[in-house]
Amino acid sequence: MQTRTGQGDRAMRKLLMIMMLCVPSLVWSATEINWDMEAFDPNLKDKPSLQNGMRLYVNFCLGCHSLKFQRYERTVDFLGIPHEVALENLVFSDQKIGDLITTAMSPEGAKAWFGATPPDLTQVAKTRGGEWIYNYLKTFYSDPARPLGVNNKVFPNVGMPNVLAGLQGVQVEACVQRPKIAENGGEMRDPLIPGLAITEEKCGELVVEDGTGLYSAQEFDDAIYDLTNFLYYVAEPTRLERHRTGVFVILFLIILGCFTYLLNREYWKDVH
Amino acid sequence: MKPSNTQESKFTKSMAWLDARFPATETFEYHMSRYYAPKNFNFFYYFGILATVMLVNQLVTGIWLTMNYVPTGAGAFASVEFIMRDVEYGWLLRYLHSTGASFFFIVVYLHMYRALMYGSYRGPRELLWLIGMAIFVALMAEGFFGYLLPWGNMSYWGAQVIVSLVGAIPYIGPDLMEWVRGDFLMSEATLNRFFALHVIALPLVLVMLVFVHFVALHHVGSNNPDGIDIKKTKDSNGVPLDGIPFHPYYTVHDIHALVVFFIIFLGFVFFAPEGWGYFLEKPNFEMADPLKTPEHIAPVWYYTPFYSMLRAATYPLFGVPAKFWGFVVMVGAIIIPAVLPWLDRSPVRSMRYKGMWSKVMLGQFVVSFFILGYLGTKGPTDVRTAAAQFFTMTYFAYFVLMPWYTRIEKCKPEPDRVTAR
Ligand code: HEC
Ligand code: HEM
Repeated sequence: MQTRTGQGDRAMRKLLMIMMLCVPSLVWSATEINWDMEAFDPNLKDKPSLQNGMRLYVNFCLGCHSLKFQRYERTVDFLGIPHEVALENLVFSDQKIGDLITTAMSPEGAKAWFGATPPDLTQVAKTRGGEWIYNYLKTFYSDPARPLGVNNKVFPNVGMPNVLAGLQGVQVEACVQRPKIAENGGEMRDPLIPGLAITEEKCGELVVEDGTGLYSAQEFDDAIYDLTNFLYYVAEPTRLERHRTGVFVILFLIILGCFTYLLNREYWKDVH
Repeated sequence: MKPSNTQESKFTKSMAWLDARFPATETFEYHMSRYYAPKNFNFFYYFGILATVMLVNQLVTGIWLTMNYVPTGAGAFASVEFIMRDVEYGWLLRYLHSTGASFFFIVVYLHMYRALMYGSYRGPRELLWLIGMAIFVALMAEGFFGYLLPWGNMSYWGAQVIVSLVGAIPYIGPDLMEWVRGDFLMSEATLNRFFALHVIALPLVLVMLVFVHFVALHHVGSNNPDGIDIKKTKDSNGVPLDGIPFHPYYTVHDIHALVVFFIIFLGFVFFAPEGWGYFLEKPNFEMADPLKTPEHIAPVWYYTPFYSMLRAATYPLFGVPAKFWGFVVMVGAIIIPAVLPWLDRSPVRSMRYKGMWSKVMLGQFVVSFFILGYLGTKGPTDVRTAAAQFFTMTYFAYFVLMPWYTRIEKCKPEPDRVTAR
C-alpha cells in the first residue's frame, strides 16, 4: 500500500473520511434567489469600460480577492494600458508587471474577520455568471441584524462587507409604488387619465437614501457594469481572440469545402 | 503505369527499392486502391473515419497539453489556467481536447448506432464488433481518467462518486477502494495514477485496438446499408460488382465529409467550447474542494445515460447495498451490446428489411437512451427516479427480447444487389 503521508496524518484523514460520509449535511445548497435579476450584457470591445473596471477592482476589491490565475501584463496589454502607467497606478505592492494578480490578505486572517474566506475571483464570471455578479454588487443593503450590518438580495447572509457603500450611498429595504404589471406582461395604465400608470405597493425593494453616496444612481450602475465587465474579461481573457480566429478558420473551411465537394463530384460522376 | 519522364522513373525505382524491403505498395493496394468497398455507403459510414481523426486529434493535442500540465494536487488546476491564459494558443489546444472529447463520443455513438441499424455486428463481423466494444470500454475509461486531471470541483466529486462504487462491493469493497485511490481520500496519489493511465496506458491500448479494428474490418470487408454481402456477385476478375476501390472514391468522399465535420466541430471549439455547460461543467471552474460538494453531481453528458441507470437501482438485495446493484446495472448496460451478434436471430441484417418489431424496438431503445441521458444531467427526484427505472427496463428490453422479436416478425426479402444509398 502506497501513501505519501505519516501515521498522524492517516488518522486525520480517516476522520475526514468519516466526516465526508455525513456529506449531505455539508451540501452547498443554492438558496432560492428572490430577486428580479437585471440583465447584464458584456462588451469586451469597450476598452474604457474595462479600464475603469480594473481601476475599481484594484482599488476596492483586490485587498481581499485575488485574481491569482491572471497576470498584470496580459491584462493591461489587452486593456491598452501602457506598462509604466499600470505600474504607477494599478500595481500597488512591490509586484512586477509579469506577476499574477495576487492579494496580500491571508486566508486565515480573512476567515477570522469575516467568517468566510474571500474567494479568488478569476473565474467567478464562469461559476456565477455575469448577471449574478452585476446584481450581487448592486443589491447590498443595510441590515442591522447581520454582524457586518449589511445583507444582500442575491447572496443572503453574505459575509462580505459593503465595500462600495461610499460610492452608492446607504441602501435600505423599503416599500415602494411600482407600476402594476398586466397579465400580458405590460405595465397597466389608468383608463381615465391617459399615461398615468396604475401602481401597487411592493415591499422588499431597495432604495438609496438621498445624498449619501458619491455617485448618482446612473454613475453607480455604470461603475458596476464596468466592474462586472472586467470580471467577465478576466474569466476568459482569450475570448475575443478565439472569436476572431474562429471566423477565419470557418471561412477557410467553407471555401475548402467547395473544392472538396467539386473534387468528390468529379470522381463519383461515373459511379452508378 | 509507364515512366514518362526521368523523374517518374526515379520514383518507380525508389518504390521498387522500398517494396523489396517493405510491403509499401502491397499494403497500399490491400487497404486502399484495391480494397473494394460497397458503393452504397451512406451518411452513417463517415463516422468510422471521423472517429479515427478524433483519436488523432486527442493524441496530438494531448501531447501538447502534457507539456504544460502539472499532475499535482496543488499545481493541476493552476496549470490548466496557465495553459488557457499564458501558453500561446494554449486555449485552442485545451478546447480542441476538451470539446474534442465530446465530439469523439458523438461520433462513436453514431458509429455504433449505424451498426445497430444495418446489422453490422452480425457474422462474419462478430469479432470486429467485439473489438469495437473493447474500444468503447477503453474510451469510457480514458474519458473518466481524463476528467479528474483539471482537478476542478466536479472532477473531484465525479471521480469520488464512481470510485466509491467500488467500496460497495461486499467484503473486499473498502480495501479495494483504498487500493484504487491509493489513499483514504481522493488525493494527489489518485491524481497521479489517473494521469499515468490517461496519458499513456489507455491511449496505447486504444491505438492498438483501433489498429486491429482496421485489420479485422479489411479482412471481412465492410457491411453496407442493405446488409447484403457484395462478395456474392463478382466479375471475372474477382472484383465485387457492387464494390468500388476505396481509393480514390472513398478518400475524396471522406475528405469532403471531414471538412464539413470540422466546420461543425471547430464551430463549437471557437464559439461554444463549453457546450453550454455540457462539455465543460460549471463547478469545474472552481478548484477541487473536499469540503464543498457541488449542488448536484453530474458526469459529462456522454456518461449520463449510464449514470442514470446507476442511480435507478434503489433497492438493496441479498443484504448488499443498492449502490452495488446500481454499479452492476451500469456495467451491464455498457457491456451488454457485446452479445448482440448472438441475440439477433433475424434472417436479414439491415433494418431496411427487418420487420416492425425490430424497428419499434430500436426506436424505443434510442428514445430510452436519450431520456436516460437527460435524466442523468438532473438531480434525482421521486418522479425522475421512477422514470429512470422504467427506461432502464426498456433499454435492456431491446437486448433481452431480441432473440424473440427478431424471430417472430415478418421480414422483407433482401435484394441481390445493393440499392440506392
Ligand atoms: C473586506 C474584504 C472584501 C472586499 C474588499 C471585497 N470582498 Fe467580495 N467577498 C468578501 C468575502 C469575505 C466574501 C465571501 C462571502 C461569503 O462567502 O459569505 C466575498 C464574496 C464575494 C463574491 C461572491 C463569490 C462567490 O462566488 O461566492 C463576489 C462576486 C465578490 N465578493 C466580489 C467582490 C467585488 C467585485 C469586490 C470589489 C468591489 C469585493 N468583492 C470586495 C470580502 C471582500
Ligand atoms: C476509436 C474509435 C473507433 C474508430 C477509430 C473506428 C474506426 C472504424 C472505421 C474507420 C471503420 C470503417 C468505416 C465505417 O464503417 O464507418 C469502422 C467500422 C466498424 N466499426 Fe469502428 N471504430 C471505432 C469504434 C468502434 C466501436 C466503439 C464499435 C462498436 C462497439 C465499432 C464497430 C464497428 C463496426 C461493426 C464496423 C463495421 C461497420 C460496417 O461495415 O457496417 N467501432 N470502424
